[in-house]
Amino acid sequence: MRSEVNMNSQDPPDVSVREEEKKAVKLIPIYIMGKRYEVPEGLTIMKAMEYAGYKFIRGCGCRGGTCGACGTVYRKPGDYKLQVALACQKTVEPGMYLAQIPFFPVNRARYDFAKLSGAPEEIFRLYPELFRCVACNACTKACPQGIEVMDAISALKQGNISEAAQLSFDCIQCGLCTSRCFGELAQYHMFQVARRIYGGKIVARAKHLEEMVRAIDEGKFDDILEELKKKGEKELKQLYESREIEPVGSGEDWVPKDKAYLLV
Amino acid sequence: MRLAYYPGCTLKTRARSLEEPALASMEVLGFKLEEVRRWNCCGGVYSLADDDLIHHVAPVRNLIRVKKSGNDNLVTLCSFCFNTLKRANLLMKENVEKRDTINRFIEEDVEYKGEVEVLHLLEVLRDKVGWKDLARQVRFPLKELKAAPYYGCTLVRPRQVAIDRSESPLILHEFLKSIGAIPVDFSESTRCCGSYQILHDRSFILDCSADIVSSARDAGAEILVITCPLCEYNLCQGQKDLAQRRSDFIQMPVVYFTQLLALSLALNPKVCHFELNSCSPESLLREKNLLRQDAIGG
Repeated sequence: MRSEVNMNSQDPPDVSVREEEKKAVKLIPIYIMGKRYEVPEGLTIMKAMEYAGYKFIRGCGCRGGTCGACGTVYRKPGDYKLQVALACQKTVEPGMYLAQIPFFPVNRARYDFAKLSGAPEEIFRLYPELFRCVACNACTKACPQGIEVMDAISALKQGNISEAAQLSFDCIQCGLCTSRCFGELAQYHMFQVARRIYGGKIVARAKHLEEMVRAIDEGKFDDILEELKKKGEKELKQLYESREIEPVGSGEDWVPKDKAYLLV
Repeated sequence: MRLAYYPGCTLKTRARSLEEPALASMEVLGFKLEEVRRWNCCGGVYSLADDDLIHHVAPVRNLIRVKKSGNDNLVTLCSFCFNTLKRANLLMKENVEKRDTINRFIEEDVEYKGEVEVLHLLEVLRDKVGWKDLARQVRFPLKELKAAPYYGCTLVRPRQVAIDRSESPLILHEFLKSIGAIPVDFSESTRCCGSYQILHDRSFILDCSADIVSSARDAGAEILVITCPLCEYNLCQGQKDLAQRRSDFIQMPVVYFTQLLALSLALNPKVCHFELNSCSPESLLREKNLLRQDAIGG
């Protein structure tokens, strides 16, 4: 997924430029791995670190709050509480002590999904450490997505895979829950199995999806794809720009003019 | 009457045969057992190490959530959950220092002092329904069923949390009488089934099962009546192993008290989930004409 951050500070920016910036924006102090830096107010933690000279080779993914690569633990002065955030989402606050946790070396079970029946006991066998949970709730407090992590773990222990899948739906696999768990549970990997089982073996399968897959297998789109492959960049762009777009607010019965590729 | 209810993890998987007949029966008796929201594992066993507070966090968190939901009572069904929750509650009531440490760590915005009363379903039947009232509502008395009330440990020990006297308890006897069965007293009725020793000493479990079953049989019982999923597991696994090793060993059916309750109240036998019983009581019950087709929805 992601591993190290390049922690080597580069040369500080030209002093005269910094003086200019100081006038333009307010600088606030933050601490990266214990070292003080002054960074412009309003930056995200990730941008502030880059401003301070850090270069992210890994430990940085989508920059949009969905990939889970930039888990961050921080503390503010005068408070013993550790807090969590995604570095690409949270803006810096004065005095923040920051530490990046881009990767956590937790156990990840291997399994053949096709061979799973969907019985809860299979998850128990893959992750027996599930039962080391003592309900301390540290995982829930560590979740930057606000997931009730401990409740989802409880649901798994109760064999309620659907509940675990639904409670953990917003999980982005950042691993901060695991980093705080003294039972050494791999919550986010367990939830992934639960969601896969839920989606693949518990909920009713959508008929239209099966029909579409069949149509693809039967080659309904082969010719047009081959045709598209032959086109040049300019032509493709043109086609893309002139494509028919569903108007905002159109009803369920809206259909495009070209119905050649619809399944009716 | 509505009562907050704590199921426990096993009751949602292997021991649905304990839970479902209980919920259906209580409904017939006019009680709605409402599952508490967001419950977690009870902790599995009450930790006895004096400085091991972390293992009290799970049961106490459950109790706090019950308190927060505005309930004074919590009904349990699994004997082990009952024991773990009630003892953790006692700790929170009586030990101020440990209570403070646990409350500070748990961070549920509530100062918990053991206010919730932990009950076992048998206590509800005795104290809130009453044996006489229960007997009056029985539609299919379990006539001539010679049933051995097996208490095991956790409902009656230690004394501070016991639902009846620890020596020679009678609550299950009285329950069986109320539903029309014949309680058969036997010497091993409060003997431990071996509990979690099953994890590392199987032969010990076999010894326990052999003693318990032969004691019940010698006293004239046909069936063991139990309250705990771990007792069910040990007594049934134990009996199966014994039957393989000793050709003269005859297995005794094992049934949850809630399954008999449901039958006596004329509920459909399907609600009992007999398919989950490892030592099935079905043929014995059928022989005695206790799996009746004229049951509600039967």
